[in-house]
Amino acid sequence: MAAAPESAGTGKGGRLIDWIDQRFPLTKLWREQVSEYYAPKNFNFWYYFGSLALLILANQLITGIFLTMSYNPSATGAFASVEYIMRDVDWGWLIRYMHSTGASAFFIVVYLHMFRALLYGSHRKPRELLWIFGCLIFLVLMAEAFMGYVLPWGNMSFWGAQVIVSLFGSLPVIGGGLVEWIRGDYVIGDATLNRFFALHVAALPIALIFLVIAHLMALHEVGSNNPDGIEIKKHKDANGHPLDGIPMHPYYTVKDLVGVAGFLVIFCGVIFFAPTFGGLFLESPNFEPANPLQTPPHIAPVWYFTPFYAMLRAVPSFWGTQVWGVLVMGAAIVVLFFVPWLDRSPVRSIRYRGPLYKIMLTIFAAAFIALAVCGLKPPAGIYPMLARVCTVLYFAFFLLMPWYTKIDRVKPVPERVTGHD
Amino acid sequence: MKDEVDHSRRQLLTAATVGTGAIGVVFATIPFLASWQPSARAKALGAPVEVDASKLEAGQMLKVVWRGQPVFVVRRSQAVIAQLGNHDALLEDPKSEDSVQPDYIKAQGAARARNPEYWIGLAVCTHLGCSPLGAFEPNNAYQVAGTDLGPNWPGGFYCPCHGSKYDISGRVFKSMPAPKNLTVPSYAISATARVVIGVDNAPKTTT
Repeated sequence: MAAAPESAGTGKGGRLIDWIDQRFPLTKLWREQVSEYYAPKNFNFWYYFGSLALLILANQLITGIFLTMSYNPSATGAFASVEYIMRDVDWGWLIRYMHSTGASAFFIVVYLHMFRALLYGSHRKPRELLWIFGCLIFLVLMAEAFMGYVLPWGNMSFWGAQVIVSLFGSLPVIGGGLVEWIRGDYVIGDATLNRFFALHVAALPIALIFLVIAHLMALHEVGSNNPDGIEIKKHKDANGHPLDGIPMHPYYTVKDLVGVAGFLVIFCGVIFFAPTFGGLFLESPNFEPANPLQTPPHIAPVWYFTPFYAMLRAVPSFWGTQVWGVLVMGAAIVVLFFVPWLDRSPVRSIRYRGPLYKIMLTIFAAAFIALAVCGLKPPAGIYPMLARVCTVLYFAFFLLMPWYTKIDRVKPVPERVTGHD
Repeated sequence: MKDEVDHSRRQLLTAATVGTGAIGVVFATIPFLASWQPSARAKALGAPVEVDASKLEAGQMLKVVWRGQPVFVVRRSQAVIAQLGNHDALLEDPKSEDSVQPDYIKAQGAARARNPEYWIGLAVCTHLGCSPLGAFEPNNAYQVAGTDLGPNWPGGFYCPCHGSKYDISGRVFKSMPAPKNLTVPSYAISATARVVIGVDNAPKTTT
């Protein structure tokens, strides 16, 4: 394991490492960040999703670079160039499906990763900034996914862009000018597609990579939380290593590889057998070219945006403006940033929290899934009312948190991590 | 030359340098931000569009493109025109006071048209910019895009994205996601139903 940097100074390889170490902190970085980064030894299933998100980021970057080579970012050529990738470019279909399935997989693992934080209190002091970097990653990821969905220039791309860009038009005073500025035209068109392409392939990925680095630096500064929600740094051995900690490499690199293997089985299954996933990952109206004169009969965003889209639709317009729905949708994201300060529980992990938090977290998860369903359905029948109720429940989870976490009954927290002797 | 450092002098110089640099950065961002505005070419493409609406039968609709946006041209029967003012109580903005249209359209009241027989308006939902569908048949259970428009649907427009309903003059019903009536652009219409969208007065023609 880690033979090269650890054995610096012996043999030819060791002398090369020595040469590098005198000019660049290679061994130091490897030790600090990997081979001597001590993580709690009681990580469970929920701790797979951070490394999986990193794997998907790499997948998106590599497949994205190769898609760029055959894609044509113009209103007249975009749709045809995507068909060209699918039909004429050798293995182009695979690269595109890896990218499109990767987008959905990204949101699946990120949502599970965020839920893990709510389960075990990973957002609590001293990990507030770690959580905030994570929220920023989520925000950039949503922008990245939205702009990526516009690029194939199918009819759903076009009308999705129309709806989302129009959101900014509901802002008072500046709205109209802002929308024109974002579109670069009086309608969604060539100018819009070109700038979305530039943002999708250059600006946002760079921002994303910087934020991921900041997220990991913050993590390695404060150390990982764990399912017991206790600080392993309180009990150290003679060498100053946490008694309940194990080095990330080889222990968690190997464990995460098991997660990667399991993930790839599912991921490849989707790519090969259900790349559109029944219209959830790639919507059927997007298989026809953008038509500015014909809105698809039913507009729904890709599944990962539907909870927020349902909130947007749930709020009626009043006082002559529909800005309220937009504000509610924005607030649903902004409120995430404040979770570290809304949570007043004396314990972190759900293992030692009382029934109130367990009930609220269950209701929250159910409301989020119900909102996702509402956002996929036409706004008729039971769905508008269901979306309203679930929007209230979504916000209740966050805004009532200072009270129910404070009065909740808690169990005594152990000194050392449990379940591992 | 004094040996000790004059800190206040150094602070002033540092602040002045940082301040000047910051102002420079602000001004340097302007060209980049301004480059996102509609280009000269996009502006030039906003020319008026001419349509011959006389070939429409009553109850038929034409969609034309003006400034890249879809525009409805609907011919209404006399029966429909006669009923226009009957459902004002159900509307959010029956007199179009909070909506966007030229003054000469607003003055027409419920018809919202220079010639009540032809209604012209942007096919852009005032909610989030989807294109509404025509749903003209008054019916007890009018189905459009899989959605029941409910009993006694008086005929009008339905936006499939978020369910906003408009009457046949583009006036939005109450409690809809859309806050305003459909926008009516400037247009001129001749006695022979030649419509020019994008101007207030028809240019002189030989016919």
